Amino acid sequence: MKLAIRIARSLLQARWRQTLVATTGVTFSVGMFVALLGFMEGLNQMLDALFLNRTPHIRLYNELKPAAVQPVMMMPAYRAGHHFIHSVKTKDSRTEIRNSTAILEALRKDGRVAGIAPKVTMEVFFNEGPSDIAASVNGIDFLREDALFHFSDYVQSGDASSLDKVPNSIILGKALAERLLTNVGERVQLTTPQGAQFNLKVVALWQSGIQDFDRIQSFTSLATARKLSGKTGNYITDIQIRLKNIDDAPAFAKTYSHLFGTSAQDVQTLSAEFETGSFIRSLISYVVGITLLTVSGFGIYNILNMMIYEKMDTIAILKATGFSGKDVSRIFIIMALSIGAFGGLAGLLLGVLLSAGIDQVPFRTTSLPTISTYPVSYAPFIYIIGGVFSLLFTWLAGWLPSRKAGTIDPVIIIRGK
Amino acid sequence: MGEMILEARNITKYFHDPVEVKVLSEIGLKINKGEFATITGKSGCGKSTLLYILSTMDTDYNGELFIDGEPMKGKGEAELARVRNGKIGFVFQFHYLLNEFSVLDNVMLPGLKLNQYPPKEIAQRAMRKLDMLGIGQLAQRKASQLSGGEKQRVAIARAMINDPCIIMGDEPTGNLDKNNGEIVFNLFRRLADEFQQTLLIVTHDQNLPPVQTVLFRWKMGKLWIVARSCNNMPQIFIRKYFGNQFPFLTQH
Repeated sequence: MKLAIRIARSLLQARWRQTLVATTGVTFSVGMFVALLGFMEGLNQMLDALFLNRTPHIRLYNELKPAAVQPVMMMPAYRAGHHFIHSVKTKDSRTEIRNSTAILEALRKDGRVAGIAPKVTMEVFFNEGPSDIAASVNGIDFLREDALFHFSDYVQSGDASSLDKVPNSIILGKALAERLLTNVGERVQLTTPQGAQFNLKVVALWQSGIQDFDRIQSFTSLATARKLSGKTGNYITDIQIRLKNIDDAPAFAKTYSHLFGTSAQDVQTLSAEFETGSFIRSLISYVVGITLLTVSGFGIYNILNMMIYEKMDTIAILKATGFSGKDVSRIFIIMALSIGAFGGLAGLLLGVLLSAGIDQVPFRTTSLPTISTYPVSYAPFIYIIGGVFSLLFTWLAGWLPSRKAGTIDPVIIIRGK
Repeated sequence: MGEMILEARNITKYFHDPVEVKVLSEIGLKINKGEFATITGKSGCGKSTLLYILSTMDTDYNGELFIDGEPMKGKGEAELARVRNGKIGFVFQFHYLLNEFSVLDNVMLPGLKLNQYPPKEIAQRAMRKLDMLGIGQLAQRKASQLSGGEKQRVAIARAMINDPCIIMGDEPTGNLDKNNGEIVFNLFRRLADEFQQTLLIVTHDQNLPPVQTVLFRWKMGKLWIVARSCNNMPQIFIRKYFGNQFPFLTQH
């Protein structure tokens, strides 16, 4: 084996110009592969983050719907029959999660849950002169919301943490604030569905990047929201759960829904088409990357083939002096693999440099407040795939030529002289 | 001369392309340890073909072949390569050194492949062989920088590195001028005389050493012709010399 490596090295060095061309081919394609995949992955993550960062993996809430078991079904006299009930209506209008303190406690103890954030949502009317603007108010626990859903990343101006410090404060969606002609530090007036009027201080402006969302969203502290809705101390309408493993969400949603007697919605159900888009984008970038590697694989194939024609004498003499076909094939495979290994390694370096370059290109957009340059992912798996594929493709490219070298009949070559 | 190094029985060989031609017909041959044998004959009589068969490189033949008592028929490609590596040394007409390597590396390669000694010792042995052939000072040169005669001597050193049972030569002097050809042939004789090295050399070089022809005539009585020619094919002669007994050597 050591001998085979030594012979392979000498053969490569003797034709170092060719070797360099082949290696450069691999370097270039692996570098492009890594940079391309890193860029695509970065964009994907950014787009995913747009949605996933502020979407809970599971949301527990109380949906208003008619009771599944109607009184007539419970009557022993009618139990055997089939029930036809017309015009079933919902009776209870409470959106509160019952027994929320116990549910929160149980979730906190669950090891598979990364974090939870309670929420109070309600609809209100903001009063701007003679016109009323409908919008949602979300009562949030700022610290938890920030930890789980990167709330402050989306705050454009003002200080979001004053939500907890300043009583009767509110954060408005940027588009909503524009409609209300207010700014940070000013006050807004709103009317609740129950008819109560409140005057709240705007402490910050929030922008999600989705205009329709920004027009109707506002945030207050949990306490303020409870005050607006006229409810007591542990009133909660939503529990947002972030899991350690997002893939568990559909299964857990079912369990929690059953366990706590609430509705539960998992992120996968909510965003099926989103996942598909993300998958297709990854697929395209992989296909392009692998095409690059295939092209360079053909380059290596050509060069090795040419080398074998040039080295016919060498192969014949190696065989005559006692190297078997397998030994000779191994020498050529080692040549291919070392081109792949060195080219691949240099390619990974080139990929890092290209990624760092892309990372420096300015990229500003109003909908993505936290991003100032093009996003690039440096995820290790991209580099691992790049490295593995560079070896795999050079091995494949070297396989046929090396087999040919192994089956060359020395007699024919020696006789041909 | 008891120990049999190489024995061939009824070797028959056909060329299939483009038409079926019988090249060798039932050739038998025995070479004992320490013997110096040559295969001669007119151009096209099949002497190289016979040598390729005897050297195990060509496996497409009928008949039996024993090297060092072992039957070669039915061995796989890798096994035959091992036999060539350990038991046969090769010298070709066109020297066939690896130009990518130094002279020393060229000589060492079959030894490294056999892996019987550590690399350091193989290097020492290679140096000894080169010194013995009078080309020790060329050890570090590239193979491509040598003259034809020097290359052929390096090839002989390479053939000897694993102390083979037999050294085979395919017209080793065919590509050299008269002077160098004599040097090489004298080397072979020295190997046979001093080291009892078994040799089997193919040559068509009629004007090669006059010594050879003289020896040949002189040994006519003991001449070993085991080759049988096929119909309208030139004859192959296989001759053996016992050099150390030649009175002519000193005269020359």
